[in-house]
Amino acid sequence: MGRRAKSKQGLPPTFEEIQAEKERKQNKNKRSAESDRGDSKKSKSNGKSNGKSNGKPSKDNKSKGKPKYEKKVREDVVEDAADLPQVDLEELSSAKKSLFDESEEEEEEDINDEFDLEDANEDEMFDSDEEGRERPMFSDDEEDDLETLNAANMEEYSRRLEQEEAEEAEEAAKELQESQIQPRAKVLPSDEELAVLGNGPQDVTMVRTRMIEIVKVLENFKDLAEEGRSRTEYVNRLLSDICEYFGYSEFLADKLFHLFSPSEAMEFFEANEIARPITIRTNTLRTRRRDLAQALVNRGVNLQPIGSWTKVGLQVFDSQVPIGATPEYLAGHYILQAASSFLPVIALDPQENERVLDMAAAPGGKTTYISALMKNTGCVFANDANKARTKSLIANIHRLGCKNTIVCNYDAREFPKVIGGFDRVLLDAPCSGTGVIAKDESVKVSRTEKDFIQIPHLQKQLLLSAIDSVDANSSTGGIIVYSTCSIAVDENESVVDYALRKRPNVKLVETGLQIGKEGFTSYRGKHFNSKLSLTRRYYPHTYNVDGFYVAKFKKIASSPHDVSKAGAQEKESLARSEAEEEGIIHDDFAEFEHDEDAAIIESSVKRNLKRKGINPHAKKEKEKAL
Amino acid sequence: MRSLTEEETKVVFEKLANYIGRNIAFLIDNANDPHVFRLQKDRVYYISEKIAKFATSVSRSQLMSVGICFGKFTKTGKFRLHITALTYLSQYAKYKIWIKTNGEMPFLYGNHVLKAHIGKMSDDIPEHAGVIIYSMNDIPLGFGVSAKSTNEARNLQPTAIVAFRQGDIGEYLREEDTLFT
Repeated sequence: MGRRAKSKQGLPPTFEEIQAEKERKQNKNKRSAESDRGDSKKSKSNGKSNGKSNGKPSKDNKSKGKPKYEKKVREDVVEDAADLPQVDLEELSSAKKSLFDESEEEEEEDINDEFDLEDANEDEMFDSDEEGRERPMFSDDEEDDLETLNAANMEEYSRRLEQEEAEEAEEAAKELQESQIQPRAKVLPSDEELAVLGNGPQDVTMVRTRMIEIVKVLENFKDLAEEGRSRTEYVNRLLSDICEYFGYSEFLADKLFHLFSPSEAMEFFEANEIARPITIRTNTLRTRRRDLAQALVNRGVNLQPIGSWTKVGLQVFDSQVPIGATPEYLAGHYILQAASSFLPVIALDPQENERVLDMAAAPGGKTTYISALMKNTGCVFANDANKARTKSLIANIHRLGCKNTIVCNYDAREFPKVIGGFDRVLLDAPCSGTGVIAKDESVKVSRTEKDFIQIPHLQKQLLLSAIDSVDANSSTGGIIVYSTCSIAVDENESVVDYALRKRPNVKLVETGLQIGKEGFTSYRGKHFNSKLSLTRRYYPHTYNVDGFYVAKFKKIASSPHDVSKAGAQEKESLARSEAEEEGIIHDDFAEFEHDEDAAIIESSVKRNLKRKGINPHAKKEKEKAL
Repeated sequence: MRSLTEEETKVVFEKLANYIGRNIAFLIDNANDPHVFRLQKDRVYYISEKIAKFATSVSRSQLMSVGICFGKFTKTGKFRLHITALTYLSQYAKYKIWIKTNGEMPFLYGNHVLKAHIGKMSDDIPEHAGVIIYSMNDIPLGFGVSAKSTNEARNLQPTAIVAFRQGDIGEYLREEDTLFT
């Protein structure tokens, strides 16, 4: 826990906790009252005046609440209390004084006690502080008695002390136990409530509270779950609440939820509601970052470098001028580009005088970055399948002054038929966009199961084409980078795994990126190549960039596919027939050929009979005889 | 994609000569990285010879752009420079005009250059010569034709036009739909 978090007030206890605490108090009061009564009886029999002991119970009760919770934290205080009778009177009176000075405060704490239970447990500072003040309080309990302490009642007095002590110790132990096992709250709605919920829109704050509660339960299911409720029930309730609260389709919520732990998933869904910061990339062909920052600051733009992992990125906080129409923008000194879009190019690491292919280039953020890294040498093929989108691609290329680009409008699967033998290929594949929900809300509802079959199908073909377009013998490169702005496993790990299976002549290598989480090597029962941990995942809630995935391959040998003249259509039909074939094996494993089986069964029956010493033909002969 | 015919070359070079004069030689004689002009559809592109060779593998209908686009031939056979050529024009510019900060935005919105906005200008600009317009911190903003020679311009009214705008980088936003298809 950070220092800051410590000084803050903790979460308020739930209603149940408060209730439990109250009950505990009442019980204790009763008990202590009883014990006092017993004491007073004894003292009567001892011939002592009962005037003082009569007044005592109330006083005892008042001060009881305090030591009780103090005990819970430190039991050794009890021992100190036991020693108290031996303490000399002077010390006691001074303690008494200090008590009075602080009496108001203490009473306040008594009240707070009820609400701040959790806080007090966590806060060490508070405790240690309390300790010093606490001690006089104990002596106060016994103060009346001590004044009249004499040889006659000494024995009785010490016995009472011991009894109290034992009682408190017992309670402290009990309480310690209780604080560990919190009361199991009912967070799931009952059947009647469910019926009501189905009728119309729900109270948003209620849904939110319930989501938080469920996540808390799921984090510690063993201790917090309601009896007789399964984990699935909780998860299902949470999923439908997420759909209700954030507006996801059930299918997508389920898909995204299972990528994370419950609490992380909540963070992810909440991060998707907030827009990512505006970022710009300095065009190093035209200017330097420092000069650009200076020029923009002069125009009233508030900005700051993105992070240590990029030397060209700037984050814009606010601006008095439209950031996409300043003279610097029009002169091509920078381009508006999401921070996550830097990553695949950094991973690609293009070198000067290489030939590079960007398979899905529009609107040109990555292409121009590649061109800038190559300092306008070599050659960059920028391809995009959508003719309308090449317009913005060409505009950006010219505005940023990239002189080494060729823009073409092919289906990217046509490569390497069009031209192969590239040093590096970047495939920023078209995807479902589950990483950029903050940018495009429509993803929440528009994506269906069909998309998660069709899109990966295309991505697999594209990735194979990308691999085939690379020259394995390139002295500097032989690199393929695959990236998507999706976080779904179907579009990332499983596509990469597919490529590794289909093209044994490539291997995964380190991306060379400073940030990012490792890719999954297994997910919900599917197991991928162990090397997939070299790929990188990015989430909105961890790095405040769009959700992203980057994998970097190195081609180590050429393959017959490199010279294949198959175009997009041939590849499509090939992939289709392949998928069908695999589908047959996976779905309905085999059909029974009853005729063939019958002969085999018969022969094995005969063999078994023979082994038992029965002549299989004997039966037949018998039948014949009959 | 093909190289330009003799006639086309003449038209293009005449136009370019207005802005960069004899510096045209730098465009065509680059010994260590020879560059060429190429015509694709009606547009003229200026590219390194190496890249031009790679571009031959892309079919004509799928080739959208290659290198830097200088401009396009109109239906009547004239050549019109595009703002995309500014990269090279500003590099080899002959006559220059710098405009003050307060004149930047009016110019980028497509207005002509007024006397009031001029920060400084080349000394020897004749009348009706191609000029390149810069901002005061040397960012090229566009190109145009001088309305008056430098000497005459000195005595003009603040609201008088010094240079007629022909292209400015504001077109990247204004003309995005027509400029790049």
